Amino acid sequence: MPGHLFLDYVDPWINWDWLSTHVPVFLAALQEHVTLTLIAVGVGLLISLPMGVVAHRWHALRNPVLTLFGIFYTIPSIALFALLIPYTGLGTLTAEIGLVGYAVLILTRNVVVGLEAVPNDVLDAANGMGYRPLARLVRVELPLALPAIFAGIRIATVTTIGLVTITAVIGLGGLGQLILQGLVENFHTPLVVATLLSIVLALVADLALAGSQRIALPWSRSA
Amino acid sequence: MSILARVVQWFADPAHWTGTDGIPTRLVQHLQLSVESVLIGAAIALPVGIALGHYGRFGNLAMNISNVGRAVPSFALLVLAFQIFGLGDAPIIISLTALAIPPMVTNSYVAMQEVDPDVKDAARGMGYRELAQVLLVELPLAVPLLMAGIRTSALQVVATATLAALIAGGGFGRYIIDGLDQQDYTKLVAGAILVALLALATELGLAAAERLLVPRGIRLLRAPSARRVTYKAA
Repeated sequence: MPGHLFLDYVDPWINWDWLSTHVPVFLAALQEHVTLTLIAVGVGLLISLPMGVVAHRWHALRNPVLTLFGIFYTIPSIALFALLIPYTGLGTLTAEIGLVGYAVLILTRNVVVGLEAVPNDVLDAANGMGYRPLARLVRVELPLALPAIFAGIRIATVTTIGLVTITAVIGLGGLGQLILQGLVENFHTPLVVATLLSIVLALVADLALAGSQRIALPWSRSA
Repeated sequence: MSILARVVQWFADPAHWTGTDGIPTRLVQHLQLSVESVLIGAAIALPVGIALGHYGRFGNLAMNISNVGRAVPSFALLVLAFQIFGLGDAPIIISLTALAIPPMVTNSYVAMQEVDPDVKDAARGMGYRELAQVLLVELPLAVPLLMAGIRTSALQVVATATLAALIAGGGFGRYIIDGLDQQDYTKLVAGAILVALLALATELGLAAAERLLVPRGIRLLRAPSARRVTYKAA
């Protein structure tokens, strides 16, 4: 570009040339983003299913557990990460403790709410048919609570995808790392593309979960 | 010395309670950014949500706006606003306001939708004009969920205002971001404690305000917090 000074350069929102040579960078970031999210929601589900069942069964536990979780949920993620860093360092462990924690808070609440919504008539009928408590839980109550649990999984997944970007501050971040790069280098392309990818990832995950819910749980369509 | 002992010492040091990087200054900055953003957000979101809920229109839009809001990373919003508007409070307040709007629209929509239709009929039968009906009958009944939405938004704004330190903003986030940059874990943890306490104070303070605002007659009816939209942006 003859006659143009360096200072005349205007950074476009997306520099397609740069983008075309850096596709693998975005794919790697996307992969890290998805991995961090899957671990958080997966482990979160493993913890919160039994926890929700216990909080539902032993009624005295319900309100204290949900209140305590509500208090933890108000703690901003960046503060939680910062509190953990001196003990667990910068990296995956710190990030996942926070991400799993928030997923557990969302999911447990939905498990409890889902189990509470099972009509008493249904429980009576199950008892009358001779179901033992464990069989009743697994074969009657949990299937009926699944729509609410699925709603929780959707919220937890979309929320986690957003929170993962914040872990860029502690050296991870997936797509958040590219958002941070855009900020530090004052370069629009990684910032804009990573933001769009993160939004698309959240929306696609939400739609995919909604779709699989319709297929897996046909009885939840009216709910 | 353990990290906790050093943090206690940090808080005891009078130098951290004065000056431009002192706790009072940072607290005022954090509160100012948050309050301005929530107020601007409420001025936009509440009339929209209340009107949509009253007329029962565009329910999908009102419900889905918080799904979309959840999908947009708050961190990216801040950095984008910084790239567009440059240094200063403007990009921070603009992005925090954008963050505050969705939960308030959804919650105020649901709050107005859930007002008992019989009560609306009774109000009309008693001769209330539409505006009077909204202001004197429907809004008081909607206060619990309406306030739940404001609480959710305020909490997200206070949390995200911490990240404003990344784009050279003030507030308690400064201690966390500076602590990370300088590998000063004492400052980092002290900042984290301050941010967590401020978030808890916001939640409890607004819960107390809610209790004062809810009309006595409906206070015993139900616990609206159970139906509050689950929302975490930062």
